[in-house]
Amino acid sequence: MRKSFALAGAVLALGMMAGGANAADKVKACFVYVGPHNDGGWSQGHDTARLYAEEKLGDAVETAYVESIPEGPDAERAIERFARSGCNIIFTTSFGFMDPTIKVAKKFPDIKFEHATGFKTAENVTSYNARFYEGRYIIGQIAAKVSKNGVAGYIASFPIPEVVMGINAFMLGAQSVNPDFKIKVVWVNTWFDPGKEGDAAKALFDQGADVSVQHTDSPAPLQIAQERGLQGFGQAHDMIEFAPKAQLTAIEDHWGPYYVRRIQAVIDGTWKSQASWEGLKDGLVVMAPYTNMPAEVAEEAKATQAAIESGELHPFKGPIFKQDGTQVIGEGEALDDGTLLGMNWYVKGIDDQLPK
Amino acid sequence: MEMFEGIVLTIITAATPLLFAAIGELVTERSGVLNLGVEGMMAVGAVCGFAAAHLTDQPVIAIAAAAAAGALMAALFGVVTLIFVGNQVASGLALTLFGLGFSALIGNAYVGIPGIGLPKLDIPVLSDIPLVGPIVFGEDPLTYLAIVLAVGVWWFLFHTRAGLILRAVGDNHVSAHSLGYNVIKVRFLAVMFGGACAGLGGGYLSLVYTPQWTQNMTGGRGWIALALVVFATWLPSRIVIGAVLFGAVSILQLHAQAIGVGIPSQFLSMLPYLTTVIVLVIISRDRTLLRVNTPACLGQSFVPDR
Repeated sequence: MRKSFALAGAVLALGMMAGGANAADKVKACFVYVGPHNDGGWSQGHDTARLYAEEKLGDAVETAYVESIPEGPDAERAIERFARSGCNIIFTTSFGFMDPTIKVAKKFPDIKFEHATGFKTAENVTSYNARFYEGRYIIGQIAAKVSKNGVAGYIASFPIPEVVMGINAFMLGAQSVNPDFKIKVVWVNTWFDPGKEGDAAKALFDQGADVSVQHTDSPAPLQIAQERGLQGFGQAHDMIEFAPKAQLTAIEDHWGPYYVRRIQAVIDGTWKSQASWEGLKDGLVVMAPYTNMPAEVAEEAKATQAAIESGELHPFKGPIFKQDGTQVIGEGEALDDGTLLGMNWYVKGIDDQLPK
Repeated sequence: MEMFEGIVLTIITAATPLLFAAIGELVTERSGVLNLGVEGMMAVGAVCGFAAAHLTDQPVIAIAAAAAAGALMAALFGVVTLIFVGNQVASGLALTLFGLGFSALIGNAYVGIPGIGLPKLDIPVLSDIPLVGPIVFGEDPLTYLAIVLAVGVWWFLFHTRAGLILRAVGDNHVSAHSLGYNVIKVRFLAVMFGGACAGLGGGYLSLVYTPQWTQNMTGGRGWIALALVVFATWLPSRIVIGAVLFGAVSILQLHAQAIGVGIPSQFLSMLPYLTTVIVLVIISRDRTLLRVNTPACLGQSFVPDR
């Protein structure tokens, strides 16, 4: 027993050291991933962006990453090890890393921390996120137009505001086309498990959904859609290779430009804590090509995208009602960022009960 | 009806990888060896099967490669624990850690590439019988292989002389040795068989279940298979029950969610594990049966006197 734990420790330590030994004058940017760096989804998005930053900033920066770090106490250890190994800026790229990041950041006031998709900041902790809900509104509209049954199957990960916001944005988009549109939600309680995600897709399709939407990271649901001759949307990456006939579009994450700016700020000494939330217009959220749909649907999707980019359309514009019918916001207004980031209720029209 | 068909088919596919891995581990444990490396062997089987499929485009070669890779991993374990008499628990855990890391390493080039998938069996006429047709005759070939394996293992263990020897080695290696049986050889073969089955289970994941390769795609199924063996009291028939039950509850909880039954999803996610354990514990209450079926030398190293 002891032997294997020692082994695990050694493996972990080796992984940490890879890309260690930094020259003092370089800024070292470190990344903590929740999944494998090449998961074909969320974590890969961050790793692609890390390489992009390396390429753009050249010799001024060196990077390191640890992958497959579970959310919880292990995350704190991983972040703290990075802090001790001479990182100047540490990006922690999953919601569940929020509290560990804040905790470690307190101990290392000279190191900059950037936490993705959370809502807590500190003197040396920035929270950053992308307005993925903008993309989800667009795919909601597409789903309502291409679905024959008027039912979408939604594979959700954890009941956190980010995910709930996505479901609501999707539903609002769909309702803008078809007010009676239905959505079935399955919570798989994981970010990444191809088998389970595939099973969820099968269950949803068996129950009459004919379009899949996912807030999990593997292309498995799209593969099932393709197998069944149905359609769906990719997540985090263009997954068209896995489902050339099934993918309608995908909401891609492009963190690269943001990482370049933030690391540059550390180099220049201008880094400041902030809460950053950029979207389609800033190029952090990118829609994969609109395919496998009638030309006019693609045109309308592009028009919606343009309207969101120009600020003309806010996906969470009023009037918006909660499930029980209480009005959240009236005509002519839109929900503010604080409400969005703490969203823990469904909009009217969703039959699912939100897990608490 | 179509929905019912769909559900049954999905349950059977969910049970298949567990059935493969658990039936292999059962044979290994019946010979007295506890190999905790199932998860690692599955991962290596999955990546090798996927790689072979990608390189050759031949499903048969891909399946063979998955089995061979699992068997090779098991052989490594066999050398360490049977020949060099290493601790089985430690070596098995190390095999899992090694397998997960090693599979990620060789799989690096195959991430983000769609797999070829395996054709479903489609027997004309028979597969078209409503309800029964698609379920009984419309599975993928590997599912049939898993069922054949389970029946074959049952027949081998309890109806052949070689099976009797294997059980004797697992129950009392000293006696088996003094009767002139080669304990190490029997155990080595059992370990290799277990590895090949685990490899097939892994291959099933990357070739049929979700035709793709990603790190950690086994998702803990190796551990579930290990648990199934114990809860099934080392009986092949109960492994089939356990695997199907686990598959059923894990699929049905998703359906329950999609229908919207209003039970917390976290509780539903827990159900497959809970139900399987409870049911298998209930059917294993017969103490004598348990004592008869537990390999008495499980996990004990054997050093022949010279």
